[in-house]
Amino acid sequence: MPIIVDRDKCTGCETCISVCPFDAIKIKDDGKAFINEYCQMCMACLSSCPEGAIIEIKEEGAPISYQPSDYKGVWIFAEQREGSIASVSLELLGAGRKLADELKTELSAVLFGADEKDANELIRWGADKVYHSGNAVFEKFNDEPYSRLLVNLIKEHKPAIVLAGATPIGRSFIPRVAASLRTGLTADCTSLGIDKDTGNLLQVRPAFGGNIMATILCPNHRPQIATVRPRVMKKGEYNPEKKGGIISVKAENLICRTKVIDTVKETSEYRVNLQEADIIIAGGRGLGDVKGFNLLFELAEILEGSVAASRAAVDEGWIQYSHQVGQTGKTVCPKIYIACGISGAVQHLVGMQSSDIIIAINKNPEAPIFNVATYGIVGDLYEALPLLIKKLKEIKS
Amino acid sequence: MNIVVCIKQVPDSAEVRINPETNTLIRDGVPTIINPYDMHAIEAGLQIKEMTKGKVTVITMGPPQAEAALREAISMGADDAVLLSDRAFAGADTWATAFTISKAIAKIGADIIICGKQAIDGDTAQVGPEMAEFLDIPHIAYIRKIEDIKPDSIKVQRMMDEGYDIVESSLPALLTVVKELNQPRLPSLKGKMAAKKAEIKKFGHKELEIDEKDTGIKGSPTQVKNIFAPEARGERKILTGNIEEQVYQLAEELKQLKCL
Repeated sequence: MPIIVDRDKCTGCETCISVCPFDAIKIKDDGKAFINEYCQMCMACLSSCPEGAIIEIKEEGAPISYQPSDYKGVWIFAEQREGSIASVSLELLGAGRKLADELKTELSAVLFGADEKDANELIRWGADKVYHSGNAVFEKFNDEPYSRLLVNLIKEHKPAIVLAGATPIGRSFIPRVAASLRTGLTADCTSLGIDKDTGNLLQVRPAFGGNIMATILCPNHRPQIATVRPRVMKKGEYNPEKKGGIISVKAENLICRTKVIDTVKETSEYRVNLQEADIIIAGGRGLGDVKGFNLLFELAEILEGSVAASRAAVDEGWIQYSHQVGQTGKTVCPKIYIACGISGAVQHLVGMQSSDIIIAINKNPEAPIFNVATYGIVGDLYEALPLLIKKLKEIKS
Repeated sequence: MNIVVCIKQVPDSAEVRINPETNTLIRDGVPTIINPYDMHAIEAGLQIKEMTKGKVTVITMGPPQAEAALREAISMGADDAVLLSDRAFAGADTWATAFTISKAIAKIGADIIICGKQAIDGDTAQVGPEMAEFLDIPHIAYIRKIEDIKPDSIKVQRMMDEGYDIVESSLPALLTVVKELNQPRLPSLKGKMAAKKAEIKKFGHKELEIDEKDTGIKGSPTQVKNIFAPEARGERKILTGNIEEQVYQLAEELKQLKCL
């Protein structure tokens, strides 16, 4: 077992027992803690022990499977949708630029579909080089050709780090790339850094529902691959003068057993693409009624924001699931999140707590949403919202 | 048609509370459930079974008590269940998990493999697509509707950021599904009886003929370096006065923040 209890140090205080998410620690007859086979090695107990009696035995592990000097450079996968570059790609260039500068290496972008003018834009946003294929096979998103060509390019050019957006596209095909290359993939990173001693990529992501952050490493395999949530990283500097190399890559003999027959845009009166919204106005059970959303849509109109909902409001049938934020809905991080009549259950908080500013309006002063709120108004939203709408209209005119 | 549904037993997060002093989760005595998305995967499997006169096998990897999740799936109508449990599997990341489960699926044989879009404890959404790669079959993620199914192909709606795609795939294929797909059924009385009696097949690394070094923590390319509490949120600004005054202060703040 890689995690064991140092029996000399253990005092049997039981602190570790309640920390274990898997119920894998018991106090044995001798009054010492024992870690049983339910242990999933989540490490949660390690820091909990006041005596430092829980220790990780480093196993030999897989030997390093690569020549460290062979793998160089930082790559980002630039996602395009119907020929236009997704904004998360520019955020990846911002994050990738920092990593590349720290490692004193090159930053390259990989672009499938779109055209050369878009490749040039990626250079102006920070890339030194762009690997581009304008092949028609990439016009629509199919997992197999996307993953196959990326795998081929990685095998040929050996980047040390590959970043992609944690979008429906990135989250769908990047796992195939990691599986094929027998390397690690860390989903939904919220921050990235470089370990000063080893040069390894430090990948930080929420774990156990977002209440704990974990730093993930991929020390023995290359490349180190991570997906990054949209709107978490800052875009880099745009330099209209910047020049770089565009390498045209061939896309030949790529297997594709799926076919996109049609792409349907869901024309909603209001933008539902919550993950890209700057301002989100969200409603919960406290609205009491489907009509409450009319107020939210009115406010959204004034602030040019999008409307979201808690699971409770969706389950009531007041609004469609595509608006749901939280553990079983979308994760968002807008500049401003206005929570109206949302109590703030953990499952909702994990979907929105990284918003820059959180404004909470709730009748109940004890509601947990106030613990994360930058501004809180304790009161009836049916009183507060019309006043807010009126005041904002005044300011605007 | 042979349908394999992959499920995961997860802590029922509705019960999770945070210890405000240590900022850690209190999971003591937290009940476990089938991952909510996997319930929709089971329902999809059962519907395809009914349409094609097929057979549904549920499979999970986990500690011995994950057997309860398999029995629950049988009570809903699954025909067969496989538990992948082995000390050697513990601590697996998504690569090692997908590798292990895909070996078991290859052993069972499948025309369609269905997974929930992600598990609510890890939220990675990686194991499904990784398994498709290991099995060398196509996959389609985030499926919200199955439009048509033929012996050698399937047509579905795939959720995208701003709508959906209609996608066709040859079979065998792996699908990951979202909750909009269906409403999971409740267990039937007959199903509950079957669940009690059902014999659960158990495979370890020996039965799957895989090397221990490719499973569990040893086979995992990623490692957890450390865990820590998220940073406390920044400054809080207190609004004062009656509701009207508070709202007006807020409106001014929004103006300052250039929201208008």
